[in-house]
Amino acid sequence: MTATVVALPAPVVEMIGVRRFFEGPPEVRAINGVDLTIGQGEYLSIVGPSGSGKSTLLHLLGLLDNPTGGVYRLDGVDTMSLRERRRAVLRGERIGFVFQSFHLLDHRTVLENVALSMVYVGVPRRERLARARVALERVGLAHRMEFAPTTLSGGERQRVAIARALVAEPSLLLADEPTGNLDSANAEAILQVFDELHSEGMTLAVITHDAEVSRRAQRQVRIVDGTLQW
Amino acid sequence: MVTQAGPPDPAGGPSTSRRRRRLRSRPAVRDLLDEALAGVAARPTRLILTTLGTVLGVAALVGTVGLGQTAAGQITQRFDLAAATRVVVQPDDKDGQEGEAATQLPWDAPDRIKRLNGVEAVGTVSNLEIGDDLVQNVTGLDEGAGKALQVMAGSAGLWDAVRATLQTGRFFDQGHDQRADKVVVLGKHAAERLGINRVDSQPAVFIGDEPYTVIGILDSVSGRAELNDAVIMPNGAARNAYDLESPDAVEIRTAVGAAQLIAEQAPIAIEPNNPSTLRVDAPPKQGAVRKGVESDLNALFLLLGAVALLVGGLGIANVTLLSVLERISEIGLRRALGAARRHIAVQFLVESVIVGFLGGLLGTAVGVILTVSVSWIRDWTPILDNRLAFGSPLLGAFIGLVAGTYPAWKASAIQPITALRGT
Repeated sequence: MTATVVALPAPVVEMIGVRRFFEGPPEVRAINGVDLTIGQGEYLSIVGPSGSGKSTLLHLLGLLDNPTGGVYRLDGVDTMSLRERRRAVLRGERIGFVFQSFHLLDHRTVLENVALSMVYVGVPRRERLARARVALERVGLAHRMEFAPTTLSGGERQRVAIARALVAEPSLLLADEPTGNLDSANAEAILQVFDELHSEGMTLAVITHDAEVSRRAQRQVRIVDGTLQW
Repeated sequence: MVTQAGPPDPAGGPSTSRRRRRLRSRPAVRDLLDEALAGVAARPTRLILTTLGTVLGVAALVGTVGLGQTAAGQITQRFDLAAATRVVVQPDDKDGQEGEAATQLPWDAPDRIKRLNGVEAVGTVSNLEIGDDLVQNVTGLDEGAGKALQVMAGSAGLWDAVRATLQTGRFFDQGHDQRADKVVVLGKHAAERLGINRVDSQPAVFIGDEPYTVIGILDSVSGRAELNDAVIMPNGAARNAYDLESPDAVEIRTAVGAAQLIAEQAPIAIEPNNPSTLRVDAPPKQGAVRKGVESDLNALFLLLGAVALLVGGLGIANVTLLSVLERISEIGLRRALGAARRHIAVQFLVESVIVGFLGGLLGTAVGVILTVSVSWIRDWTPILDNRLAFGSPLLGAFIGLVAGTYPAWKASAIQPITALRGT
């Protein structure tokens, strides 16, 4: 590098006037003008009742869906102008997903499930397995690596999913109702993992309808009828 | 690290690991293969059921074509042994306007033929007109014991020319012929009918009133099967007793592959001035026989195999499509983990190719086993085209490729959000 550019760390997420309309009839304005900035290391929760558009917002944040209009910059990269192929690469590299229903592959071991998230990013095989082991140790599942996901409890499965989301070193961890399928004890364990991640500097966005879960976050935003309320 | 002087990281580029990732933002081909293999191996029972159609199709194809080739090989092999080296020359009866004299074979015809290159053995053969004479065993003195057997005459070279073998005794030779010895060789069936099965006691048969000593009994002949039912005497004796004027036909055994040539040359050698008065029976060209048999068999068998393969391909397409619908959430997950549409398409396509290839491999094995087993039972030599044996698994893979195209496209078109929705 010949020139050293000292820039302020860009926010991880920068949404300006983002809209997502579903063509009708009748036309559904699922997201109608959202401005949202998530700084590095922030722990944000997005709460809202069902039908408020929070799932759509999650899909937009996770590059799984395209906004109808507005500006969305992820890690400073303008995602609006990207082609699908490039978006897939960005998604794989920068975003870690944690789903309500875990989405683990039943026919693969826990270790393979975690390693899978580095396949499409192009991490060499040996490095994948080594990093997957480290990630599983971090979520306290070192003793479950060669197990099939079907033999694990719900809480353990969600921790596998978290390990999978973390292992590719994403810029943003996106969790969609991460405790929705768990009992309170397991839910608490997951939230503690999130707290630890936050204290280690990870950027988290948790989408939930549960006020308990939402309260754990550093900052909370409410989504109602496709717009954010502070 | 000269290669890292790329464009600056848009985010301000803090981590080296990120920049390294940028350099290889695509999964390795091997990783996609591994994923596809794992996808196939995850459901072994389904794998077996899916391959079944292709296994049957390829097995039918390989088995039927293999058996077809084997059977055709047997037929041509027999043709090779018996007929492909046999040439018969005789006067052309249909062309009778020049009278009998022109269409008589000379007695020295065997000697003339023998000089041709490619002739292994040559001899004359004739049917004798014995009128009302009956053939009877010396012991059967009563009237009803006489048998109306065909009496024939031959030269000493005839035996070798028709590949004759003996049960017992010996053939007559040139000495018998020249001396006009009254000896006969009995055909296999003729000997049975006369009740003669050994010659060490020098049995005699009576043709009319004349006794002839039996010196040998035939076991087998090829080509001229009527020798089996006949009593055969040397030409010399036949000329004395029945005024045989000329031989009926010349039997020639040629070297393998020489029959066509000899068939052209023989009439000229025998009758240089008038070769067209002779009729030559020669085997059809070898290739023509083989091709004729094989193409008949193969056309039918290939059709059967093709139908079976079509069914197998449809089976793969069906199950793969089903599997796509079933694995929607897996597809969504992979997309969320950074898989592009084409990665999903490639995975399902490769899975389908693997299934087809496995089916082809198993089917080929079954087909080969089938061919070998049947050959073993029938005592045939199994013949299988190498191209078929090695090409069939590839054919299976190709069927998998074709069958998987639509499901793969369908899988890649699934939107990640639809795929991740629900439980």
